[in-house]
Amino acid sequence: MSERTRSVLVAVVLVAIYVALTTLRQAGAIDEYWSQVMDLSLIITISAVGLSLIYGFTGQFSLGHAAFYGIGAYVAGYVTKTLGGSLPLYVLALAAGAAFAAAVAFLIGLPILRLRSDYLGIATLGFGIIVKVVMDNTDKFLPAMGGPRGMLGIPQVTTFGWIYWAAVATIVLARNLVHSSPGRAAIAVREDEIAADIMGIDTTRYKTLMFVLGAGLAGLAGGLYAHRYPFLHPTSFDFLKSLDVLLIVVLGGLGSLTGTVVTAIGWVFLLEWLRNVLPQDFLDWRGVIYALVLIVLMILRPQGLLGGRELVLVPRREPAKGGSSHAAA
Amino acid sequence: MFLEQLLNGLQLGLVYALIALGYTMVYGIIKLINFAHGDVFMVGAYLGVLGYTVWKLPFPVAVVVAMAGAAVLGVTIERLAYRPLRVRNAPRIAALITAIGVSLFLEYFSSLRFVFGPNYRVVDRPFKDVRWQLGPLGISNIQVIVLLTVIALLLLLQFVVYRTKIGKAMRAVSFDMDAARLMGIDVDRVISFTFAIGSALAAAAGILYVMAYPQIYPFMGIMPGLKAFTAAVLGGIGNIPGAVLGALIMGMAEVFTVGYVTSDYRDAVAFSILILVLLVRPAGLLGKAGPEKV
Repeated sequence: MSERTRSVLVAVVLVAIYVALTTLRQAGAIDEYWSQVMDLSLIITISAVGLSLIYGFTGQFSLGHAAFYGIGAYVAGYVTKTLGGSLPLYVLALAAGAAFAAAVAFLIGLPILRLRSDYLGIATLGFGIIVKVVMDNTDKFLPAMGGPRGMLGIPQVTTFGWIYWAAVATIVLARNLVHSSPGRAAIAVREDEIAADIMGIDTTRYKTLMFVLGAGLAGLAGGLYAHRYPFLHPTSFDFLKSLDVLLIVVLGGLGSLTGTVVTAIGWVFLLEWLRNVLPQDFLDWRGVIYALVLIVLMILRPQGLLGGRELVLVPRREPAKGGSSHAAA
Repeated sequence: MFLEQLLNGLQLGLVYALIALGYTMVYGIIKLINFAHGDVFMVGAYLGVLGYTVWKLPFPVAVVVAMAGAAVLGVTIERLAYRPLRVRNAPRIAALITAIGVSLFLEYFSSLRFVFGPNYRVVDRPFKDVRWQLGPLGISNIQVIVLLTVIALLLLLQFVVYRTKIGKAMRAVSFDMDAARLMGIDVDRVISFTFAIGSALAAAAGILYVMAYPQIYPFMGIMPGLKAFTAAVLGGIGNIPGAVLGALIMGMAEVFTVGYVTSDYRDAVAFSILILVLLVRPAGLLGKAGPEKV
C-alpha cells in the first residue's frame, strides 16, 4: 500500500469513527455520563501526547505537565468568560491558552532545561507547585479567576467535534514531527545528549522546541477542558494530575505515540469502569486497585505496554529505533 | 518575634530533615526517588498516635513501636516492589513509577474504613503543651522535645554510618554497588537496612510532626514528603549533611514566609528557592557536580 492510499484510508477511517460516535451520542446510545468520560479521555490524550514529545521522545523528565494544562485552562477560560463565548472568541481563547502555556514553557525552559534527569524532574515539580499556588491566589489580582473557590461561568462551547478533531490533529502533528528532522534530533538527544551534541545537534534548541510544543499541547487540552466542564479548580491541575499524564506516557511505552494514545484513553475508561463495576461497599477500593494495577503493570512490563513500538495509527516510514532504556529517569 | 520564628523554622526544618534523610540515603544507594517515603511518614504518624491513644503505650514506647513498624513497612516495600525491578535491570523510570504506585497504594489503603479511615482526625498530644518565656523568647516543651529528639537521632545516624560495619557497607555500596558486591558485601541486605533506617526516621518525623500540628489523615504525607525530598535535592541528593542543610532552609523559608509575608505563598517560596539554587548549583548546595558520564 502506498503512502498516499494509506493516508486516504486513515482519513476515511477517522471520519467514519467520528460519524459513528456522533450518531451514537445523538441517538442516546452513549449517555451523557459516558460522553463526558469519552471527551475527558481525548482531552487527556492531547495533553499526554504533549508530554510524550517532551519525555518520551526527547527524554526530558518533566513532573510539572499539569501546570501547563492548568495555565491553558485558566487563560482560555478567562478570555471567554470576560469577552463572551462566540465562535471567533472561543478559537481565540484556545489559541491564547495554548500560546500562553507555550510562552511560559519557553521562559521556564530556557534556564531549567540545562538540568539533567532527576534534577530537571524536581525543578519542574517545583514549578508545578508554584503554578498551583498562583492559581490558588488568582482572585487577588483577577477576581474572575476565582482563586481557591474555583472558576465558574465559562461558556460551555466545547463540543465532541472540537475535541475529537483536536486530538486527531495533535496526533498527526506529533507523528509528523517525530519523523521530521527536528524529531530525529530530539530522539538523538534522548538517546545520548552528549553524543548528539558532538554530532552537531543544537541540543538546547531541540529540547526547548519539544518542551514548548508539548506544553502548548497541554495548554490546548486545558482550553478544551475549560469549555467542556463547568468548573475549574486549582486542585484539578496539581501534582497528582502531573503524575497521571506521566503514568500514561510511561505505561504506554516511552517513545510510542500509539502507546500514549491507547493508554490515555484506556486509563480514563478503566477508572470510570471501576467506579461503575465495583459494588457500593467497595468504591473506596478504587484507589487501591488503581495503585495495584500500576505496580503490577510496571513489574511485569517495565518498558511500558508498547515499549517504543507503533501500530497502524502512526505508520512508520522506516524502521525507527524503538525503546528508550537509555532515557533518563 | 524574630527569634521565635527562627525557632519555629528550626523545628519544622528538623522534622523535614528526618524525612529527607530517608530520601537521600535511598537515592544515594539505588538512585531511586522513593515517592512512597512520604507515606511511610504518614503510616509512622498513625502508628505512633494509635500507640499512645488506643493501645495506651507509654509515649517513648509508642515512638519505638512506630519506628519499628515503619522499618518493617519500608523493608517490605523494597522487597515486594523495588527489588523485582532491580533484579531484572528495569529502566529507572519503571522503578519511579512503581514508587508512585506504592505511594498511592499506601494512601488509598490507609483511607479504607477498616484501616485508618478517610477523614481528618484531630489527635491528642501525649502531654500538655507548656510554654516557657526565656526573656524575649517563648519556647514550648514540644519544641524542646523535637529539637532534642532530632539531634539525638542525627547523632545516632552519624554513628551508624561512620562508625559501624554496616555503615561502612552502606557507604561502599553507595560509592560503587558492583565493586562493593565483588568485595563480598551483601548488597541486598545493605539496601534493606537503608530502607529500614530511613523508614524508622520518617516514622519519628511523623510523630514529631503530629505533636506540633496535631491532626492526622491518610494524605498528610504528600506535602511534607515532597518538601523533604526537595530539601534533599536542594542540599545535594545522596549527601547526608546536605539533606539536613536543605531541610533547614526549606523549613525556615516556609516559616518566614508565613510569618512575615503571607501564608498564601507558603508552598511557592520554598520551591522557588529550590529552582534558583539548582540554576546556580545544578547538583545542589553540597552535591558534587561530577564529570558528565559519556
